Amino acid sequence: MKWSVSSSALAFVAMCAMTTAVSAQTIAITGGKVYPVSGPPIEGGTVLMRNGKIVAVGKDVAIPGDAERVDATGKWVTPGLVNANTNIGFGDVGFSGGPREQQAKGHDGIAAGFQVWLGFNTQSTMIAPAREGGVTSVVATPSGGLVSGQAAILDLNGALALTDLLVKALATMVAQVEDDDGAQVGAAGELIGKLRDLIEDTKAYMRRKSDYERAQTRSFVATRRDLEAMIPVVEGREPLTIVADQAAEIREVLNIAKDYGIKVVIAGGAEAWTMADKIAAAKVPVLTGAESNIPGSFSTLGSRQENAAMLRKAGVQVALIGNGAGDEELFNVRNLRYEAGNAVAYGMSWDDALRAITLAPAEIYGVSGSIGSLKPGSEGNVVVWSGDPFEFSTRAEEVFVRGKKIDAPSRQDMLAKRYETLPPKYNTP
Amino acid sequence: MRNVVFAAAFFVLACSPATGSQAPTPKVASTGDSAKSKDSKDSTTTAGRGALSEPFADPFPSTYKPFPSKTTVIRNVTILTAAGPRITNGEILLEDGKIQSVGASVNAPADAVVIDGKGKFVTPGIIDIHSHLGVYSAPGVEANSDGNEATRPVTAYVWAEHSVWPQDPQFPRNLAGGVTTLQVLPGSANLFGGRSVVLKVVPSRTVQGMKFPGAKYGLKMACGENPKRVYGNKGGPQTRMGNVAGYRTAWIEAEQYRRKWDKWNADKKGDPPARDLNLETLAEVLRGDILVHNHCYRADEMAQMIDIAHEFGYRIRAFHHGVEAYKIADLLAKEGIGAAIWADWGGFKMEALDGIRANMALTQKAGVKTIVHSDDPSGSQRLNQEAAKGIEAGKELGIDISEDQAIKWLTINPAWALDLDSKIGSIEPGKDADVVLWSGDPFSVYTRAEKVWIDGALLFDRNDAAEQWRTDFDLGFVPQVGGAQ
Repeated sequence: MKWSVSSSALAFVAMCAMTTAVSAQTIAITGGKVYPVSGPPIEGGTVLMRNGKIVAVGKDVAIPGDAERVDATGKWVTPGLVNANTNIGFGDVGFSGGPREQQAKGHDGIAAGFQVWLGFNTQSTMIAPAREGGVTSVVATPSGGLVSGQAAILDLNGALALTDLLVKALATMVAQVEDDDGAQVGAAGELIGKLRDLIEDTKAYMRRKSDYERAQTRSFVATRRDLEAMIPVVEGREPLTIVADQAAEIREVLNIAKDYGIKVVIAGGAEAWTMADKIAAAKVPVLTGAESNIPGSFSTLGSRQENAAMLRKAGVQVALIGNGAGDEELFNVRNLRYEAGNAVAYGMSWDDALRAITLAPAEIYGVSGSIGSLKPGSEGNVVVWSGDPFEFSTRAEEVFVRGKKIDAPSRQDMLAKRYETLPPKYNTP
Repeated sequence: MRNVVFAAAFFVLACSPATGSQAPTPKVASTGDSAKSKDSKDSTTTAGRGALSEPFADPFPSTYKPFPSKTTVIRNVTILTAAGPRITNGEILLEDGKIQSVGASVNAPADAVVIDGKGKFVTPGIIDIHSHLGVYSAPGVEANSDGNEATRPVTAYVWAEHSVWPQDPQFPRNLAGGVTTLQVLPGSANLFGGRSVVLKVVPSRTVQGMKFPGAKYGLKMACGENPKRVYGNKGGPQTRMGNVAGYRTAWIEAEQYRRKWDKWNADKKGDPPARDLNLETLAEVLRGDILVHNHCYRADEMAQMIDIAHEFGYRIRAFHHGVEAYKIADLLAKEGIGAAIWADWGGFKMEALDGIRANMALTQKAGVKTIVHSDDPSGSQRLNQEAAKGIEAGKELGIDISEDQAIKWLTINPAWALDLDSKIGSIEPGKDADVVLWSGDPFSVYTRAEKVWIDGALLFDRNDAAEQWRTDFDLGFVPQVGGAQ
């Protein structure tokens, strides 16, 4: 994206050479309108990063002499965006070609032990476009079955080694309660019963591990690996993200959370607005979008674009994810900022919308110390925008991930450049 | 994460649909030997002559009548006309279903409804030429899956209108997005998917009551992965070369059929030839009476489809889903074929891999008629936002796309693709009063359609629940809290 200002091939080549992370130990982004999210906006503020971390944010920050300065005068500066629902890294082609690594086979609909990030391709071509949209961190999410597996949070920093991307493994267990066929059950009540069995069997397993190893327990609904994976969930240490849209589905999710004292997060939540007060009282966060108003199934009859705003108004912690059916989980992970803009158009405050794509998802998944806001100690995930980040006419001009500016062109950028003049030259770029 | 199953199924089925359209052109005249204009329609055509195959046959005629309208003037508003530069602080008068006048000031009768457009924008109604509303109705249960007659690869005999459910709750939501005209197409499972239908986005008991009067039919054709995937294990085609053989075989038969019938229609000698619904649609394409809308992702396949059109003497009106249109923008410009494309869909299958956001800007720059389409009931509500992405992508390549240009992607260009650009698609005196009042600049993310008129009748008002259409399905099933959907 950075290179785009210039249209000359020469400039492009020159910039390509400096695409991969420009390394700077100390970087000061100065003069911009800074939105730390964790605090009030700062006009003409400075964001100072050192060794990959944010070390200071404020109006009067002393800038070390050796700092590389980035002039952000007239620009908007925000934390890197956090997209809480992506399939990035698990195959770049959605259908009809190539690997797809986000759905486990599991056992009888249960794949709790499936650690989806083990299949993450750090060199996915989908990473650069997401970053160009200002998204610097993603929740890489499994799908399918009743219990899909476990998600991880990753920074999109272009590193080769998975360990250099991981913000948090075991970020959340993922399940769903709206697709009976996927869960391999015949009806909603059976599905909920199966989920309860899994939780109760996990507790029994925890109490009687040694008996289990000697095959002296009754049979459990899940394998040893799955039961082990469920332990942090039933202990309330790891959230259980449950895809639920219909009001009746959400009701049962709230009941499970209450009955077992586990931390749940509702994803989808099409009809959550109809019971916003109950969700707020239960302190259950919701991941939802602002682009769907279609009764696309009998679980989403109440779908409406005001959903996120209405939930927020009721006091619910809301993280925005794409729900406009435009492949927002993979090809258009980058469009998260437009989801926020649409949320504003449908009643959410601008500040809440920014929070819903930065700090809110970080808080929901317990990584607010690392990402989601501009505060000392956080990773240096920072975006310098040409204007209001939610607007189409705005560009992410500079994207820093872990304190390094990354402007490697995406494959899509390269194609655009190649075909800018016809016929193309197949050695350019 | 909403409704994962439905979304996934729809993405495969409907997002792969494409339509092929063929435009009547001088080229067609050289291969067709029957009269080409509607005026030439056989005046002896009467009910009960269903055994005859006649040009421009209209057995399911439109019964659409404009809704009651009030003479309305919008003042002090920015007007993107799609016919020239914007008019700031302008005025527009809607009267008798038409755009009566537009300019810095207009003469309005004393009893006209006056709307203050301060800070707001007026545009022509948006036209989406790739919709499956009504044929893939919501909710997306199997019973509502009426978009693909995936029983054999050549089904030019099916007509989308016979699947359209006027109570599809997606229609009013589309209208609330500023969309006033839709081309509803069959899906893309087949080489020839069937006829499209052009609809006004209006409430009606019947599909006939929505049909755009006088609109030509389109023929949906599809390239690439979908037909070969659907039929690979059902007798073929199994390959892209099988696809091409399938198109050519069908056109050969259609050309024979056309000759037979054109001859009989001219001399009425002897018994009429046997009528065949499949070949009749294809023959109408060869006569130039039906427009080809061709679903085709890859540049190399589009070039092959162009050669097939040359071989059989028809025209392709627009390639739909042309994610690689930018790679052959020069060819499309030379051939006069529209590029109906998304702002940023790609990668969801191999043939969509090379989708880029600059597609709109690059095709525009090459002189192609660029059209923003949706193929999606959600995206269709935000075509203005899709175009806005296209403007920005152009800017990044140093291609300056003005809003006055971008509005054409949503209005006059798709109107052209439907051969309706003399009636709709721009703000000009005499055109149908299909008009949208936006709360602000339509290319801003914060802007929403506030009021929508079709033929001068106010059919949507975001601030007035009494002016919001709820389908039969909405009643009872869809929870309401008042206000717009």
